[in-house]
This record gives sequence, structure tokens and C-alpha cells, in this order.
Amino acid sequence: MPPSCIPEHSAQEQLTLSHEQRVYQATAELPNANGYFGRFGGQFAPETLMPAISELIEAYQEARKDPAFQAEIDRLATYYVGRPTPLYEATRFATEAGGGNGPRIFLKREDLAHTGAHKINNALGQALLAKRMGKNRIIAETGAGQHGVATATACALLGLKCIVYMGEVDIHRQSLNVFRMRLLGAEVVSVTSGSKTLKDAINEAIRDWVTNVDDTFYIFGTVAGMHPYPMIVRDFQSVIGREAKAQFAEQVGGLPDMIVACVGGGSNAMGLFYDFIPEKDVEIVGVEAGGHGLEGTKHAATLVKGDEGVLHGSWSYILQDDNGQIIETHSISAGLDYPGVGPELSWMKDSGRATFAAITDEEALEGFKLLCRTEGIIPALESSHAIAYAAKHTRHLGPDASVVVNLSGRGDKDMHTVAEALGVEL
Amino acid sequence: MSTTTQSRIGETFARLKSEGRTALMPYHTAGFPTLAMSKEIIRALGDAGAEMVEIGVPFSDPIADGPSVQATSQIALDNGTRLPDCIQLVRELRAEGITAPFLLMGYYNPILKYGIERYVADSAEAGVDGFIVPDLSAEEADTLRQECIKHGRDLIFMVAPTSTERRLSIAAERGSGFLYCVSVKGVTGAREKMSDSLGEYIERVRSYTDLPLAIGFGISKPEHVNQVGEIADGAIVGAALINALNAVPDEEKPAAAQAFIRYLKGEALM
Ligand SMILES: Cc1ncc(COP(=O)(O)O)c(C=O)c1O
Repeated sequence: MPPSCIPEHSAQEQLTLSHEQRVYQATAELPNANGYFGRFGGQFAPETLMPAISELIEAYQEARKDPAFQAEIDRLATYYVGRPTPLYEATRFATEAGGGNGPRIFLKREDLAHTGAHKINNALGQALLAKRMGKNRIIAETGAGQHGVATATACALLGLKCIVYMGEVDIHRQSLNVFRMRLLGAEVVSVTSGSKTLKDAINEAIRDWVTNVDDTFYIFGTVAGMHPYPMIVRDFQSVIGREAKAQFAEQVGGLPDMIVACVGGGSNAMGLFYDFIPEKDVEIVGVEAGGHGLEGTKHAATLVKGDEGVLHGSWSYILQDDNGQIIETHSISAGLDYPGVGPELSWMKDSGRATFAAITDEEALEGFKLLCRTEGIIPALESSHAIAYAAKHTRHLGPDASVVVNLSGRGDKDMHTVAEALGVEL
Repeated sequence: MSTTTQSRIGETFARLKSEGRTALMPYHTAGFPTLAMSKEIIRALGDAGAEMVEIGVPFSDPIADGPSVQATSQIALDNGTRLPDCIQLVRELRAEGITAPFLLMGYYNPILKYGIERYVADSAEAGVDGFIVPDLSAEEADTLRQECIKHGRDLIFMVAPTSTERRLSIAAERGSGFLYCVSVKGVTGAREKMSDSLGEYIERVRSYTDLPLAIGFGISKPEHVNQVGEIADGAIVGAALINALNAVPDEEKPAAAQAFIRYLKGEALM
């Protein structure tokens, strides 16, 4: 059996954190009662939602203390999702990337989880919570379509009605996932406002929630958004890091020197990072989408290039213009194409516990091809950013070091995009 | 419990109350359809007898707004209207001698970027009387509230049918000017019918505050305004006005705005 899915901590306990406190307190239980990680997070939401948010916090606090809820999550994680996912040492990839002098590279195979990405860990957890709360109408937003597919899957499994909001632009570039969601019984609503991508899908899902707050549960797909979502999503995803830590200890002994994950909203990253935060010797790196490069605005490198602001209900790093309007981002991977990021990652950046880097579209494609060719694994374009970082920027660690990379999803959904980028007509 | 401030908003509600009248409070997005046109439209609203005007500051991600208001916000952004332009708009309208209270209604992020202190100071200097920030709860609003107090301006909080007792009392305690009572669960948008339980809800809010109560979201007809008048102090009209404006070419929009206000006041047919 995998370790139980929800970490034990009491987020309702009030903590006083001052702005001077620059070191991420691994022992501190975050977020505090108001949903803050340091100065990031909070609840910047329309009044109509505030009671629903409180209800969600209460229901979640109760659920995670309930052994029956825990047991149900563990059971589904094992027999339905296929956990634990393997920690796999990619030796041919490491050799080719490091030219014989680079570190050992281990892949946490979330691509092997049911539905092909880490998103199922969270979708299933929240769907169970919805069911427990008696809310039978589920809404979700999706960018790459992976969270939409995961939510549609969880809803099919649990017999819940499912509506997925998706930007028109993403519907075109991820048409396979749209088809999958519909097969799974979900209604996919095309969002045509704003930039017609993930951020607009989130806006539309929030509007739906505001309107149908009595019977509707919003399954949010990443660690961004208003409290309690950054906490809930992190908790459900933290199984990734717990497993990886135990698997690494068993296979190699001790701890890895570095862990790496791609960052869109930040859920696969927080999932891998969370259990390693107290381990000060483990270097933590988040990899954002560098798009066409960091000079203009054709990227989605929120932590690397953004500044502070409020988007989708939380105070965090965001990409905005001089007037506080949110910028339309660009990434070859729909799942990273988001101008916000989870508040806990913002806090990890500011406290220095993690560093963040950007990988361009082109570099991600190189990483993608390298993993295909050396290991027979086709990664998601999102994950390819983390893969490319490991290939390009870890050689200095030397052959005695070990790096764990989160392979957050598989690349089947990206075949059209990759073919197009490589100039191949399918 | 807080009481009405000495601002122009408080004075207006007090005067209307003594006359037994309800404030008609239209909303219009600055920069829709153009910045120059929006100025004419707001002037027309005042000329038609609107007692206060809510001026929307365009934002890229308006999560509390339905399709009508969202679309105006997008058009305003596309033609380059930004927060400083909205403040300048108020300054120019004041220079023309318009005295009706103006409220700026805008999301939090552009305010943060502009700087909270500077936002309140510049707006107050230009002639803004109060502020509404739909994604800022009373709990998160301390800094903005302090600045408003400093400049003698009102910070208006929203309450909703879903608001708990605790939240109602926080909004009542920390808000000033009036309480914005959202009539429905939902986003902005014109609706055919007002909720049947509106009276009960407003009575519940009333038990928490002496502040004037304005009802918004969904008001689209003179019957609605009358219904609101029986239980509250102000009627806020947004999407229905935008729909009326959308029905005519740009150059006719100011006249249409005037006609729509007179229609809502029962002075003209549509
Ligand atoms: C495979 C995969 N990895 C990563 C992401 C990015 O999301 P997050 O940063 O929340 O993990 C997505 C989002 O759709 C995804 O599908």
C-alpha cells in the first residue's frame, strides 16, 4: 500500500509570520489560518463565494482526519490509479546528457498513473471530497486537458456530473483530450473570453461556481487560486514526493542532491517538493516555460520574470503589465501556459528554499526528443521542460550526485503539437 | 456599528431618504465604447437624473462579471483604457461641474499595481467619492480602508444572499457609504425577475447596519426599481444599461443612456 495520501498538519492554527522571516520554516505548518504562506496566498474572492470557501475548508479539515476517507483514497490510489508509480533510473538518458560526467538521473513516473499524468491524484481526492459533501455537480477548468480528463475520469468513477471549462485556443491544440473528456461523459464548454486559454477557463469556472454555489463543487487543478485550494491540491499531490523519497532511499540510500519539476500552476512541483522541504541538503528547482525566450512577453515564466499581484483569488507572483492587467502568456505546452503560480512556490522562491529557471520551447523539444530516443519514454511537453533542465543544467553536480526529475505526464496528447513544431504533417 | 460618512454619498442618501426617494445608480465601464464616448454617456446618465454613477475600471480577468460587462471591459482594454484614464475621466467630468457622486468599481490587481495610497489620493483629488473592489473582502481590505478614511472617501463592501452572519457584521462594521447587496447568487447580468426572497434577505442585512442599502445585479426594468425602492435605498443597474447601449450605434449611445434612465425612472417608455 502507498503511504496515506494526506499529510497530517493543522492548517487552522494561526501562525505569525513577519516579512523579515526569509527562511522557509520547514517545521512551520503552512498555510496559516487565513491561507497565507508568508505574505503569499489569501482569499481574494467575490463575496458570494466566501461562504462556499469556508464550507470547503471545514469539510476538508474533517475529511482528512477521517480514517475512512484516508482509506478510500489509499484504496483507489493503489487499485485504480496504479500507485506507487515507479522511480526509474534513466541511465542512457543521463549518459547522453551528461557526457559520462553528469549525475545519475531518476524519473518519477507520474506518466504511468491512470490517465497519464499526476493530475489524477488531486482530481480523485477532490471528487471524493465533493461526494462526501453531497455536491453532485462538478466543475473544473483545464489547460492541456489533463486535469479535465482526470476530473472527468474521477466523475465517471464516482457517478458525478462533470462540466469542464476550456479555452478555445486549448481546445484546438489539445483536441485529443477534448474527445477523451467527452467519451468519459463530461460536458466541455469552450471559453472564448480574454486570451481563450487556461486563465480564462479559470475565470469562467469561478463564475459558474459563484452562480451555482449550492450544489456545485469546483475541482481546481493546481496549487494556485484562493485558499484552501493551494493547500488541498498540494496535500493530494504530496504523495509524489513521499513515494519518491522512500523509493530513492531504498534504491540508492539517503537523499537525492537535487529534485526538479516543471511549474505551470505548480501542482506536480509542490507534490514532489513538499516532503523534501525540511531536507536542507536537497536542492529544489522549479522549471518554468521560457516560450520564445524571456526578453519579450512570449513566455510563461511567472516566478522568474513576474512580480507580485493578485490573480484568481491569491496573492502571488503573476505576469502583468505596468497597469496591472494580466499578460497573455505563451508556451508550447498548454499546461504551463498560465500567468500565475501557486503562493507556496512564491514563498519558496522568496525564502530561498527553491530556485526557479526557464526552459524555452525549443529546449523543451530537444529534451522531449532526447528522452524518446534514449529511454523509449514519450514525455508530456510540460514535463519535457524539467527533462530539458536536467539534461542541460545538472552536469556540474558530477557523477556522484543524483537528480530526481518529476515526469509529470506522458506525451500522447502532444503528438499534434510536436509534429507541427517539427514540421511534420500527420 | 458604523454610520454614514460625511461624504457626498452619505449626503445624497440622506437627502433622498428625506424626500422618500430611491437612488438610481447606473454602472458604466470607462472606455466603452471609447474613452471619449464613455464620458458623454456618463454625463448623459447624470443629465437624465441618475443620483450616483458607478464607473467601471476595465480589467483583463473580471471574475465577478457576466458576459455583458466582461465584453465592455475587453473593448475598453482593446482601445487602451487603463486605470489612470478612469481617474482622468472623473477629473474632466468634475471640471464640467457635474456633482453627482462617483464610485470607482475596479478589481484589486490594477489598484495594487498603481499603489493603494496613490490610487485613493489621486482618485479623491479627481473627485471620486467611493470605491468598490469586487474581489477584495473586508478582511483583506485594511490598507485600502485606512487610506479611504484618511481622504474622507467611502469604501463600499458587497454582501450576498449567501453571506453568513459573521460576514454581514464584518461588512457592516468596516464598510461606509452604503452596503452593496448583491441580489442573487451569480455574476453581473440583466435578469427577467428579481428573487422572491429579496425582501427577507434585505431585512436580514438591515438588522446588521444603519448604512443605506443598495441592491445590484439583475435590475433591468422600472418594476424592479420600484420593487427595490420598497425595501432598499438604491438600485444599481449595470448589464441592462449595457444591453440598451449595445442595441444602438455608438453615436446614439449617450442618447440611449439618457432614455434608459428615464425609462427606469418611469418617466418614459422604452
Ligand atoms: C503533464 C503535466 N505536467 C504539468 C502540468 C502543469 O501543471 P502543474 O504546474 O500544476 O503541475 C500539466 C498541466 O496541465 C500537465 O498536464
